[in-house]
Amino acid sequence: MFYREAGDYKTSYAQDNQTFPIAFDRYRYYFVVAVGFALLPFVMTDYLANAILLPFLIYAIAAIGLNILVGYCGQVSLGTGGFMAVGAYTSYKLMTAFPWMDMVSVTLLSGLMTAIVGMAFGLPSLRIKGFYLAVATLAAQFFLVWLFNRVPWFFNYSASGQISAPERSMFGWAITGPAANPSVKYLFCLLFVFVLAWLARNLTRGSIGRQWMSIRDMDIAAEIIGVNPLRAKLSAFAVSSFYVGIAGSLFFTVYLGAVEVGASFGIQKSFLVLFMIIIGGLGSIFGSFAGAAFMVLLPVALTRIFADGFGWDTALARHIEFVIVGGLIMFFLIVEPHGLARLWALAKEKLRLWPFPY
Amino acid sequence: MPDQLLFAMEVSLNGLMTGIMYALVALGFVLIYKASGIFNYSQGVMALFAAMTLVGIQEGRVPFSHLINSIFGTHITEFGFEVPALLAILLTVAVMIAFALFVQKFVFRHLVGQEPIILFMATIGLAYFLEGVSDLMWGSEIRQLDVGLPQGINGAIDNATFEALGYGFFIDNLDISAAIIAAILVAVLIAFAQYTKQGRAMRAVADDHQAALSVGISLNYVWILVWSLAGIVALVAGVMWGSKSGVQFSLSLIALKALPVLMLGGFTSIPGAIIGGLIIGMGEALFEFVVSSNDLFGAWFGFTFSATENWFAYVLALAFLVFRPQGLFGERIIERV
Amino acid sequence: MKTLATLALGAALAAGPAMADLTFPSLSYRTGPYAANGIPFADGYADYFTLLNERDGGIGGEMANVLECETAYDTERGVECYEATKGEGALVYQPLSTGITYQLIPRASADGIPIHSMGYGRTSAANGSIFEWVFNYPANYWDGASVIINYLLQENEGSLEGRKIVLLYHNSAYGREPIRTLETLAEMHGFELVQLAVDHPGQEQGNQWLQIRRERPDFVIMWGWGVMNQVAVQEAANINFPMNNFYGVWWSGAEPDVLPAGAGADGYRSLNMNALGDLPVLDDIRQYVVDAGLAAGDGTNVGSVLYVRGMYAAMLAAEAARNAQEISGETNITPAMMRDGMESLVITEERMEELGMGGVGPAFEVTCENHGGPGLALIQEWDAEAQVWVTLTDFIAPDDSVIDPLIEEDSAAYAAENNIEPRCNES
Repeated sequence: MFYREAGDYKTSYAQDNQTFPIAFDRYRYYFVVAVGFALLPFVMTDYLANAILLPFLIYAIAAIGLNILVGYCGQVSLGTGGFMAVGAYTSYKLMTAFPWMDMVSVTLLSGLMTAIVGMAFGLPSLRIKGFYLAVATLAAQFFLVWLFNRVPWFFNYSASGQISAPERSMFGWAITGPAANPSVKYLFCLLFVFVLAWLARNLTRGSIGRQWMSIRDMDIAAEIIGVNPLRAKLSAFAVSSFYVGIAGSLFFTVYLGAVEVGASFGIQKSFLVLFMIIIGGLGSIFGSFAGAAFMVLLPVALTRIFADGFGWDTALARHIEFVIVGGLIMFFLIVEPHGLARLWALAKEKLRLWPFPY
Repeated sequence: MPDQLLFAMEVSLNGLMTGIMYALVALGFVLIYKASGIFNYSQGVMALFAAMTLVGIQEGRVPFSHLINSIFGTHITEFGFEVPALLAILLTVAVMIAFALFVQKFVFRHLVGQEPIILFMATIGLAYFLEGVSDLMWGSEIRQLDVGLPQGINGAIDNATFEALGYGFFIDNLDISAAIIAAILVAVLIAFAQYTKQGRAMRAVADDHQAALSVGISLNYVWILVWSLAGIVALVAGVMWGSKSGVQFSLSLIALKALPVLMLGGFTSIPGAIIGGLIIGMGEALFEFVVSSNDLFGAWFGFTFSATENWFAYVLALAFLVFRPQGLFGERIIERV
Repeated sequence: MKTLATLALGAALAAGPAMADLTFPSLSYRTGPYAANGIPFADGYADYFTLLNERDGGIGGEMANVLECETAYDTERGVECYEATKGEGALVYQPLSTGITYQLIPRASADGIPIHSMGYGRTSAANGSIFEWVFNYPANYWDGASVIINYLLQENEGSLEGRKIVLLYHNSAYGREPIRTLETLAEMHGFELVQLAVDHPGQEQGNQWLQIRRERPDFVIMWGWGVMNQVAVQEAANINFPMNNFYGVWWSGAEPDVLPAGAGADGYRSLNMNALGDLPVLDDIRQYVVDAGLAAGDGTNVGSVLYVRGMYAAMLAAEAARNAQEISGETNITPAMMRDGMESLVITEERMEELGMGGVGPAFEVTCENHGGPGLALIQEWDAEAQVWVTLTDFIAPDDSVIDPLIEEDSAAYAAENNIEPRCNES
């Protein structure tokens, strides 16, 4: 009943090709965007921003980035944490070396820097495939973390090696630093998410996206039909790292404000983002959002249920959380290997005919 | 610099010993990957779980005591008796076999025929799950593990090298026992695979699932078998590493040390795991020795260039891979359109 | 849809219980790689407040409420915990992790909630004129490094000339803390300092200890954490390093760190900022808390190094709250009053006796300028046979002439970065 095409006539090619071909879906999308931009900033609280929305938005960017590489191009990467660190440290160096630079440029330049580094570490993908590549990307992960931890230039020779983001503002509003208003931080991230998701959606359905997918499905066959694997794979690494770098930059400047590379960008982060795209759905932009929301909200919700609800001690709640997260991952893979995005698509199919399925 | 040469020899020897410890972990990966194509990330957590279970049984702890106490408000922690080491090991093996049954029945039987990457993700999920279960069962304190393995410097080697070379080499007794145990383990595994009916079935499945199925080998049975074997290997690895540092959460991270070994040796070769372990162990020890030593290399940098162990193994393996993408001993990758 | 659901859930989560009592959040870590160290500390912290409630009816008539939030030593969870608990009238945060402390310093300063990072966190926060809301009494890492050197000086007839000292440190912000102090001290006293980093998590230290064996240092100082401690003690025993010359910082000197090495750990020494022993308060805890079934843990940790440290931290918080009640004349204090209470905290020997923990820490006073306390620490030695830490010395003073300029320099840099005007000029 909700997702009906009936009466929704397409009169041009562009209309036929739009991202949300069903009118209801399109309005729902406009509605979500409107709520995100116009309503949420006015009801923002510190807790909502710092504990839920900021991590959700930032992880969504990282998940979209990784999804481009893993879900669309089929190159499994476990180096996400390391690439996020590149973004964060580039931001830090830029912010301290050029205090006049505005945050948008800082963030974009951090993404660019990460894209370059990502391409360099993507080179082995031309020869190494599958698990071997997945493990090889761990080399990037460990090397980058070690580098930022070890070379004092990256943390400006500070005694402890922690980096912290100085306060920067745009249009008179502080974006980073403790004085920043949660709504401003939220809007700043949301803007990046909106533009980047829109870009990713259009990249993946254009020519380059088709090249990625053909490489994913079978790289030799793709090569035979004329896809240049060098260009396709490296561009996937570059675009993916650009996204991940921006996520890392925002993670450091807007969300946390101070990070230590080993603790914040370790191997767990790589796995976390990977989980997001598996649970959300490989090869789906919506899946990246769903996965990020799921992994951010689940631990918070479980802690509330077990620790606050049942009054059990927090350690027990956390142990059970491990069991549940692990169990859910296995459950999803067994029941629906294509993740939440696929469940969502199925639900939409059902809703189309509901309540008269015949 | 004869001194530096001697030191380098000592460092390489110790590196080789460490390499064997890595190989012990890597063996479990190879077993499962060969038979079922599953890249089992949870091997490290299995080592933790096995070692925790062993200590828990030895000390007579009540499993899930924390959970039980929270729900029922009771205060039980221990049964009050201690189990001798040998019996405890047997009981732990039984637990690991039960775990293999569980994994096969509830997880991987439902994932037959999925893409390898999906199976890999499932094992990451399994790793989380098992970590939680391990904590729930036995708590997250550090446990002291004592199965009677010797530790400390080996005096005989120290004296012999001192007399021959003028500098006594340090070799840890625990490493020597690890090497012996690893050798026995590999010999037993190979003998098992070559000379027993179950072993032959295992190899048949590794060669070709469909063909094995068609001559009447139960895939389910073989998979339970390899998961049990991997569980036992995990127990051995857990005991060796646990004797060094106490049994604790960090044991689960040793899986990360085994991955470069696998890349280098190939995911499908048991000798590859051993040789890969040796190369990685020696390579990273020598590299660390060379770059951190001020006399050799370290003076080139303005900062101390050390603690490279974590990444060097991966870079070394990566360098090998660029020339041999299937690892040193892996099966050749043949691709057809 | 999802955003809406997020919003609804977020709102539901944000609306916790109403403000009540005196709230002391405890950002504990009972899981994860450092759980073995986190559990006894969190138990001690919670049990002491339970004792106050049970025995004395709270602090100044107000019940103390410990809000425990599990961080697993993870920074993001620490932030989540902070945001979740700060609305509930949290009086003082004990972040229990250097990483989380760095996170919370700007946040809590903006929100006006004091932080007490006891023996960890940002060392230069000892400069109260810059860090208004942060306290790290009674001692910090730089004090610790200096105390070890002072003790070694005392043991070696006042001279370390030509000696070789190895610093074995966790390759992280925490592990790097003592380097600058030790470098300065090395220059001053003419000893050679060799720095050896151990990368996280520290399961393998074969190379480092081979190097120590080659270098034959006179002393090894360790800034270790987690599994690194156990492995280091074991490796030191393996190479037959004289354990009496092996010194750990206070986070490398608890029971779980040495127990796995068995008899080999005998004689290993470490710093401690709180004395151990038969404190009368422990009997009270056993009587009122453990036997009554109110203990945070299973009661087996009572009296262990980190348990006593947690309890000591709770005592300092409770005393500061009491002090704040006296100053403000109100029993239900606010975080700002709590801060004033902490800033004028005076801990005397008599008061500690009264509380049943005589000599647990040094007597000290906090002032507006000095949030770091006197920096005293003592040396303890592990007796493997009896499985107890034996306190070797009295509280030893650090070399303030070295530490103070370093604190001055680092806090000035922070002030410049964040445009902070130094306070405390009125006197």
